[in-house]
Parts: sequence; structure tokens; C-alpha cells
Amino acid sequence: MLLPIIGSIAVAATPKAKEVLTKQVALATTVIVAGATIAMAMNFQRDNVDLQFVEKYSWIPTFGINFAVGIDGLALVLILMSTILAPIVVLSGWNEAHGGRWSVKTFYILILVLETMMIGVFAATDVFLFYVIFEAMLIPVYFLIGGYGSGERSAAAVKFLIYSLFGGLLMLASIIALYVMSGAQGGHTFDLQALSQLEMSSTTQNFLFLGFFIAFAIKAPLWPLHTWLPDAASSATPGTSVLLLGVLDKVGTFGMIRYCLTLFPEASKTFTPLIMVLAVISIVYGAILAIGQRDLKRLIAFTSISHFGFITMGIFAMTSQGHSGATLYMFNHGFSTAALFIVGGWMIARRGSSTIADFGGLQRVTPVMAWSFFLAGMSSLALPGLSSFVSEFLVLVGTFTRYPVHAVIATFGIVLAALYILIPVQKALHGPTTPGNEGLSDLNLREKVAIAPVIAIIIALGFYPSPLLNVINPASAHVIAQMGFTDPAPTNGDK
Amino acid sequence: MEFSAPVLNYTLLSPMLIVLGGAIIGVLVEAFMSKALRPITQLSVTLGSLVLALVQVWKIRNEQSIGAAMGSVVIDGPAVFMQASILIISLISVLLIADTEHFTALAASLPGSEEERYAVQSGNQVTEVYPLTLFTVAGMMLFPVSSDLITLFVALEVLSLPLYLMAGLSRRRRLASQEAALKYFLLGAFSSAFFLFGAAFLYGYSSSITFTGIRNAVVGGGGNDVFLLIGIAFLSVGLLFKVGAVPFHAWSPDVYQGAPTPVTAFMAAATKVAAFGAMLRIYYTAFANAQWSWTPALTIIAIITMVFGSLVAIAQRDVKRMLAYSSIAHAGFLLTGVIALNKAGLEATLFYLFAYGITTVGAFAIVTLVRDSAGEVTDLNRWKGLGKRSPWVATAFAGFLLSFAGIPLTSGFIGKFSIFSAAYESGATSVVIAGVLSSAIAAFFYIRVIVLMFFTDPVEDGTSVEIPSSLTSITVIFSMVITIALGVFPAPVLTFISNLATFIR
Repeated sequence: MLLPIIGSIAVAATPKAKEVLTKQVALATTVIVAGATIAMAMNFQRDNVDLQFVEKYSWIPTFGINFAVGIDGLALVLILMSTILAPIVVLSGWNEAHGGRWSVKTFYILILVLETMMIGVFAATDVFLFYVIFEAMLIPVYFLIGGYGSGERSAAAVKFLIYSLFGGLLMLASIIALYVMSGAQGGHTFDLQALSQLEMSSTTQNFLFLGFFIAFAIKAPLWPLHTWLPDAASSATPGTSVLLLGVLDKVGTFGMIRYCLTLFPEASKTFTPLIMVLAVISIVYGAILAIGQRDLKRLIAFTSISHFGFITMGIFAMTSQGHSGATLYMFNHGFSTAALFIVGGWMIARRGSSTIADFGGLQRVTPVMAWSFFLAGMSSLALPGLSSFVSEFLVLVGTFTRYPVHAVIATFGIVLAALYILIPVQKALHGPTTPGNEGLSDLNLREKVAIAPVIAIIIALGFYPSPLLNVINPASAHVIAQMGFTDPAPTNGDK
Repeated sequence: MEFSAPVLNYTLLSPMLIVLGGAIIGVLVEAFMSKALRPITQLSVTLGSLVLALVQVWKIRNEQSIGAAMGSVVIDGPAVFMQASILIISLISVLLIADTEHFTALAASLPGSEEERYAVQSGNQVTEVYPLTLFTVAGMMLFPVSSDLITLFVALEVLSLPLYLMAGLSRRRRLASQEAALKYFLLGAFSSAFFLFGAAFLYGYSSSITFTGIRNAVVGGGGNDVFLLIGIAFLSVGLLFKVGAVPFHAWSPDVYQGAPTPVTAFMAAATKVAAFGAMLRIYYTAFANAQWSWTPALTIIAIITMVFGSLVAIAQRDVKRMLAYSSIAHAGFLLTGVIALNKAGLEATLFYLFAYGITTVGAFAIVTLVRDSAGEVTDLNRWKGLGKRSPWVATAFAGFLLSFAGIPLTSGFIGKFSIFSAAYESGATSVVIAGVLSSAIAAFFYIRVIVLMFFTDPVEDGTSVEIPSSLTSITVIFSMVITIALGVFPAPVLTFISNLATFIR
């Protein structure tokens, strides 16, 4: 329903030669798409755990491959996030494309193609289709980083691509195995629902699970597969980074829920202890490294590794609070990271440097920008009243009921978060104005319009997250029930 | 002694006969036509006979016959598809060959001699490459439809001999080109000898030279298995040499590099189709029931070929050598389809061959375009920044490379997926794992070239991109369209293949 429209609009936007017009068309496209998604979300039946808005066309009948899309609560939330972020990225990075290797037009074509794929990857219900988009998405991102980024952009782009391709190929091997087994058990298919009914030995399941999981763990960088992220994020333009961390990496955590848990429930349980440990390491490791960063973009990247640890922990805690929290976390992380990257990007563009020490006293010179950054940072460290708090709390509660030790260690992550956010906030925003910063200009109208919805969402969901939770909860409960888990009874404070 | 005339079904043989006829006309044209008219006449004769042959192939697409030439030629679904693939690949390669800039003015003259200089100065241009191409094409078309060992050997020689010559026709770096031709010829002769030796043993084993006879002997199980093993082993050496599988690959980098690029394109793409076609037929029919004897060996060869090709390709600094090693890796992927030994494997291999062939011609077509004053530039370092200077050419090349790497939405991905799933289905898990891992390695060097073209600044050394002639553009655009179309909507071709793909015995 949604996909083809966007695809055609994206193509229609391409033959424009005038730069400003190209930008306007791109912006209009993304806004329309966002509007359509919101309209769709309104029509979404919250309590129905089945797929909705299902569409299915035969694609490659020889292999039983369908172009099948459908949306459940989980997919809806992520699609909503992607489509809302897209126009913000276009608007906030109005002049981003100028420093690139290629034309401005190419930049927006890549962005729009990427947006189409982002929606597709969340909506796909055919495993083959999912894989195709999962891999094909790499290409536009690769060119966005390599063509429009800064610094060691080509090395970063290659690192990103090689890591992702490697993971993807492991997943391909698993998909082939699934396909062949489905052939042996009543007809070749790639339908997610049919594949989840497959019977397989536990060894097979473990191997196939690993194929998928490693691919996703690379995507949503989990320690020790995270090393590509800081490079990619610090080289890409702020807009690309937002899409990369905000949306693309969510495909990893989304995939863990949608594919790992659904297809391989047994294997997921087998590997849960290991994954929980990795998640906790990610949380603490990401936070500690973030504290040590001198570069603003790398700092944000490492905070994200920490946050992805939380999300993974929430997913594999196997409780419905944990799940809901993780899903909500994905959504919120999208916006808080977006805010950090966007505002950070403006600061860097104005100052001409991304070293934190070069900033100072921005509060006085550019109050609006400084406040935006401050709010984004506070959201990132999960200050109560801002959106991330709710999700982080849910994840911790959900985890604590089953894995108290992990939850306690993860809580230290929050303390560290306070450090890694407050230190740069203090250095960059407060204190004496660093020489050279006196002349910096504050946000202009376009930038204010771009950042306003992000801030609004962060604050609104902090106080009133229930509209989203109402969508997420049934879906989470459904997954948990499918896995055969029941939530442990809440323990009453002291034992 | 009674001697009866052979009964031939001319309709079924017509595609090959047309091509051979065109070749002979080409020889006559070369001998009697005036210099000025020769190139254009040759080109039209060649294209004409290829197109005509393709039309004939289309007409006989539903025929099933083992009696086309007294039991020596089988026409069935796979045969038709392979002949069609060979013809299509040849057609687009001939469009590249038509650019005579790549070919020596007078092949018979010694490099550097007075005679050569005279030939160049007087603007002479011999065009014997066209009839040679047609002879090769005829041999290639016969190769996968042969159903006895003698016909198979004749086809092998018909396809090989002109190729040896064609490899030596380069205008620039003639010595390297002739060295390549000689190397190709010597090693090719060796492999032919192996092939014949194997054929003799198979005859000794089964007292038959037809594939059906060998198959019956295997099923009957009466013969001496040692003869069978030796026969299969030596015959396989001959075939594996042609497809460039490790350890019989040593010729391919040198020959790919030395030969004129249009010839390399043609050779890389069409020879693979023909040789794998023959291989599929032999292993799927004659040796199918002796699976125990050859699958283990072929599995090891496939794995080594994939891994070796991908690893060594990383170290290459020359684009033609890199593509040569990449073609070795692809030979390994294709071997997995042979090992699969099921219908899915056959279909997958046919699809892969067609898709790979088209992509290969397209990639080499791009190589012919990047030149400086001394001819083609194949040093990868000088391809830096190509994306800046000529974005479209670089984009097309990137597209072909991504298809080689098997990125989704290109034909290479569908090919790889289908071939690996067929192999997995047959239980050859080790090959699939090796295949996936070497795909990852291979992706690295394809991407490195993309990085060179797009993300590195150009060096100013006179490398320029030729404005493609209309014929070359047709080749590039056609290849690109097919590569993408087979990646996005492969359904029609896959359905077509699955309706056709059963070998008759």
C-alpha cells in the first residue's frame, strides 16, 4: 500500500536539475510519506495481534517467493519513527550535501531510496524479501557515507559495508537452509509464519539462529561486533548518522524480535544467557568508552552502543515489560539520538571542529542551540520526564524480574550515562566562552522547525507514553506468549 | 560392405549449420572482398548468422530428440537454453569485437617487424577474427549437445583452436598477446590429451562411446571400476581445464590479460557456458549413477577453486587479471551446481551461466573503454577517480561488480541463491559454507574497485574514457538491463528454465 507510492514519488523526484527544487521535492515527499504513515497508524487496530495492511504479490514463483508486506505493532512503531525522522533529516541537513563528491540531487535520491527500503524492511513478511532489502539497503548508505561524509569517509564506508555484508551472508546461509527444510516439509516457501512452524533438530536450530543473530548483532552493534559504528558515524554527515543509528541499526534489534525469536524459539532460549552477558558488556563498555571520547560524533556513537545493549537486554529478558520497553526504547532512541546528532552536527558545522574541547560557553552565545543539545542529552541519559526514561525503566524492570544481577549491573550504565552526557554538556555549553566561539550564530528558522518536533516528541512521550505503549504491548505480549514464557510474578520489594 | 548415408535432422541441427555456414562465407569474404568493404560485410555476415541461428533455436525450443545426428547430438530443453545463451552472449561480444582498434593489423607479421609497420601505416586491417569467432561459436554450440565422446572431442577442438588464435590477435603488446596464445594452446593441447585418454578408458570400461552406453554400463555394474575411475578422472581434467577450475586454472590470468579485451569478454563468458553445459550433461547423464566416484573429488575442487580464486583476486593490481581470478571463483560457485546433481541444481546452473555470461561481457566492455594514448589502461591504480570523470561508465562497472559480488537486486544474487540452495538441498553443506565465506572474501575486492573509482581522487596521467561507440554502448546497456532485470524480476526466465530443464537420455 505504502511502498509503491513512495518508490514512484522518489523516482519522480529525480529528474530535477535545480538544487533547491530537488530539496523541496524531497522534503515534500518525506512529509507526505510521514503524513500517510500517521494516517495509517490511526487506522491500526491496536488489540489485533495479527498482521494488518497485508499485501501479497507473487514475485518469483519458482522459489515460492512473494512480495509480501504486513504490519504489526512492532513494525508500525518503527515505520512511524523512520518516516517521521526522514523529513527532519532532510530539513535539518539542508546544506549537508554540498560538501560531497557528487551532486545534491544524488544525495536526495539516495535518501529517498533509503527511506523506501527502510519501510520495506520493517514491513516485509517474506524472509527472502526481507533479506533482499536488508542487503540492498547497504548500497545507498555506503554511498551516503563514502560520498558525502567527512574525514576518513571511504575507509569508514568500506568497513561498514564489509561488516554488514559478512553478517548478511551468514544470514543468507541460514535462509537457504530454512528454504530447503521448508521444501522437505510441505512445499518451498519464505513466508515467515509458515517458516516458524518448521520442525528442526536443536543443533540445526542453534546454527541457523547464530546465522541470523550475528547478522543482527553486527547491525545493532553489540559488543564485540561494534567496531564499525564509531567510524561510520563520525565520518557520515549528521543526517546520514541519524538514519544509520536511528533507523538502520534498529533493523538489527527488530530482526532479533521478528526473526530470531519467532523462527528459533528454542535456540533463542539456549543462547539467552550468553546474549544477556554481551548486552550488559555493551551497556557498560559503550558508556565507559563514551566518557573517554574527545570527538562529539564518536561520543554519540558510543552512547548508542550502550543504548543498543539496553535494547538487546530488554528483548532477551523474555518478559513482556522488557519487550515493550525495548520496542519503546527503539523508538525513543531514534529521536534522542537524532536530536543529538542534528544539534551536534550544527554545532560542528558552525565551529568547524568536532572536538568537544573546542566548544565552550555556547549557552551564552547560542542559547537555543545549547538548550536543544541539553535536552537531547538529558533524554539520552534518561532523565525522568523525558521519553527515554520510560523505556529504560521498563527494560530494567522487565529484566530485573528474571535476571536481577544483569539488571543491577546495567543500572551502573545509567550512572555512567550521566557522566558521559554531563561532561560534554558542561564543557561545551557552560563555562567561559572559548575564544573563537563568540561569533557563532544561533539556530535559524529552518533549523528551529526541524528540531522542534523531535524535542516535542521527546517531552510528550516522557509524560504520556501510553498511545505508543498501547500499540506495543499487545504485540510484545504476543511474542512472549508464542515463545512459551509467562511473566514472573512481581516480587514484593524485600524478600 | 553396405554403407548407408547418415540420417540427419536438419531442422534440429540448423542453428549450428547456420553458424558454420556463416563462418565459411566469412572466410570467402576475407579472401575475395575488397579491403574497403570487408569490415562491414564481415560484421553483417556474423551478426546475421548469429541472429538467424537464434531464431532457429527459438523455433526448436520444444523439441526433444536424441536422433538429430544418428545419436550423436541431443536436442532437449537444457540444450536449447544453452545454445540460446551462447548465441546471445556471442552477439553482444561481436559488437565489442567490431571495434577493430583492439586487433592487430596483420596477424601474420612479426611483432616489431618492417612488415608490421607497413601494414599499420597503410591502414590495412585483416578481419579474420569474425570467421574465427563463428567457428568457435559453432563448436561451443555443439559442445553441450554432444552425446558421445567423439562428437564431444570434435566440438572441444572446434571451439578451442580458433580461440587460441584469437587470443594472439591483440594490437598492443603483441608479444604478451602471442605469449598468451601460445600458453593457452600448449596447456589446451595437454588437456585435450587428458580428455582423449579419459575417453579411451571409458570406452574400455563400457565398450561404448555414447553417454547412454556409459550410463547403462554404470547401472549394469559389470565393468572394471578402475577403468571407470581413471576415465572419469581424466575426462574431468580436460573439462575442468576449460572452465578454469583450480588446479587447472594457471592459463586463465595470463590469457585473460594478454588477449584483446573483446576476445577475453567472449572467451570468459561463452566458453564457460559451453564447458559447463557439456559438464552438466556428462555428469547428469553418463556419470549420474557413479556419483560416489566423482562427487568427493569435485567437492574438494569446487571448494579450493572458490577460496583460491577469491583470495588471489584480492592481490591483483590489474583489472583484467582481477576479473580472471574472479572468474575462477565463479567457476567454483558453478561447480556446486554440478555437484548438486538434482533438477534444482541444473536449473540454477543454467540461470547462473546465463546471468554470469551477460554480466561478464558487460564488465569487459567497460574495460575496453578506459584508455590512454597507448591503448587500454588496465592498471587498477589508474582507474582512481573514474567515478568523477565519467560517472556513467563507473556506475555501470560498479553495477556489474555488485552483481559479481551477489548483492540483492542483481542477477548475481539470484544466481548465487539458487545455486547454493540447490547444493544445500542435495546435502553438500560444506560446499555451501565455503561458498558463502568466499563470497564474503570476493565482495571485498569488488568493493575495493568501487572505492577506487568513486572515493579516490583521480590521478592526472592521461587516462581517459573513450566515448563508447554505438555498438559498445548497446552491449553495455543491454548487459546492464539484463543484469538488473534478472535481479528484480527473474521469474519469467526461471519459469522458462524450469519448464525446459530436464536432460533426456
